[in-house]
Amino acid sequence: MAKLTLKERFKKGAAGSGDAVRGSKFATSIFRPGSPFRKGYSDSPRNRSYVVMNNVLYHLHPVKVKRHGVRLSYTLCLGGMSFFLFIVLTITGIWLMFYFRPTEMAYADIQALQTSVAFGSLVRNMHRWGAHLMVLVVFLHMSRVFYHGAYKAPREFNWVIGVILLFLTLFLSFTGYLLPWDQLAIWAVTVGGNMASYTPVFGAQIKFGLFAGLEATTATLLRFYVLHVLFFPFIIVIFMAIHFWRVRKDGGISGPL
Amino acid sequence: MVDIPEHLLLRSAEARAKALGITVEQALAEMKGESSPTVVDDEPEVIEVELSAPPKAETPAPAPAAEEVKAETPAPVETPAAEEVKAETPAPAPAKAPAAAKTDTPEEVDFAPEVKVTQRLLTVVKAKPIQKATSEPVDKVNTWPHLMLPEFISLMAMMAFLILLSAILQAPLLEEANPNITPNPAKAPWYFLGLQEALSYWDPQIAGVMIPLVIGLIGFAAIPYIDRNKENNPSKRKYAIMMYTFFLAGAGTLTIIGVLFRGPGWNWTYPWIDGIWFDDLLDWIYFE
Ligand code: HEM
Repeated sequence: MAKLTLKERFKKGAAGSGDAVRGSKFATSIFRPGSPFRKGYSDSPRNRSYVVMNNVLYHLHPVKVKRHGVRLSYTLCLGGMSFFLFIVLTITGIWLMFYFRPTEMAYADIQALQTSVAFGSLVRNMHRWGAHLMVLVVFLHMSRVFYHGAYKAPREFNWVIGVILLFLTLFLSFTGYLLPWDQLAIWAVTVGGNMASYTPVFGAQIKFGLFAGLEATTATLLRFYVLHVLFFPFIIVIFMAIHFWRVRKDGGISGPL
Repeated sequence: MVDIPEHLLLRSAEARAKALGITVEQALAEMKGESSPTVVDDEPEVIEVELSAPPKAETPAPAPAAEEVKAETPAPVETPAAEEVKAETPAPAPAKAPAAAKTDTPEEVDFAPEVKVTQRLLTVVKAKPIQKATSEPVDKVNTWPHLMLPEFISLMAMMAFLILLSAILQAPLLEEANPNITPNPAKAPWYFLGLQEALSYWDPQIAGVMIPLVIGLIGFAAIPYIDRNKENNPSKRKYAIMMYTFFLAGAGTLTIIGVLFRGPGWNWTYPWIDGIWFDDLLDWIYFE
């Protein structure tokens, strides 16, 4: 058989893997008709539609999108990056949970993670830098949307959902900040909690509720932990689902300018 | 013969039966060639001549004429039936032949249309689509591969960047938390440092709560309802762009001051002289 270029391979079907595997009963039970991983996929307009339509991706993407919307220079993929960072943070975060107890042991657990767990340091770093990056990227996404005027009718409400997402992202990051239970964590959170205590009328109550006491203790640690690994992720996933759904219902990506 | 779906066959048989005044079974049998055709089946040509008839068209001009007629005088009852019949039986009989059909004797059919006009041209209705598109067609491309491939590539690039960053930058871990030792200065996470900086200028009730809550949450959420300008071309919304840029510059400046230029006692320091007073940025480089 003659050697195929990459492009020809793509046209013909998924690169490499043999037809025997791709045509097997097992493989065809996994990949729905139209999947490029299925035997006999060829590059045709019909199959291109099926790739999306017969796929769980159809819940995120329509079959066709505006031509200008796929230009990287329009969205800069910032919304997609926010979502992707959230996924990475979820995966690394679950992994970190195996080695972490939100008690007096928290600090020792982090130390042990860094020194005696394979890839512990790397995964912790990914989780931390990824979180900082997500705050930044969400903020940039918001700025991109603003500069494109993409919050205008009919997308007003999606902007409101976006603002909620921004605050949820900040809360997620802030609650996570306490968990290593070192001097940096406890005092940064104390400063943040003090800001909340300046709320008129309810200030003291808000701080008390947030800290589970008058100051940051291990009770605060447990509270922040639950908020960080359960409550806020749960809420943010719901709002993300609404956000993506609205992007499509509002007529896809905005523009062109 | 080509296979004609049963339901279509039945429908045209019904039409034929109605036109010729025979039973459906009979029509069906004729169409299947099981019985000889009923005699009236020369009929259609007469009708077609009639319909297309400008004053005197003696020549029965079958097919093309029929087409013209259809275009000009919409006769909703007969066209669909006629079409089907034509398609399936060699000798079609449009539904609209009752007058002639009743006479039952083909010899009596009058070939002079002026006498037996059963229809008149009342008006010419322009052909229009019955559905109207309300939105402009947009230039679209397939999501696969035109969107999903770039997405996948950006995703991989982001992943590579994050792994590389995490391999060279060590996340800070100071001494264990101790409520009795307050660091000086105590700084919030960087995204709150602009706020903390603002807090040092104004009354904390304003800076600590009013700014994040009122401006941040409510003010930002209200932007689409405040900005009634429908344009999204940058040159037509200079004011909005100016305001947001001011906000970005202000927030950015406050954050940078908070991160780099504030030292013990929240006094002004220069990072190149006094060092960086922000633990999140210290202990960074990972030499291993
Ligand atoms: C967790 C945070 C967020 C995620 C995962 C997210 C995700 C996305 C994605 C994937 C899109 C599709 C277009 C694109 O990639 O730019 C999008 C569009 C949009 N986002 Fe977000 N977003 C987030 C936060 C925000 C914030 C903070 C705002 C504004 C305050 C916002 C407002 C919008 C609007 C108005 C659109 C429609 C833009 C258009 O049609 O051009 N989003 N978002």
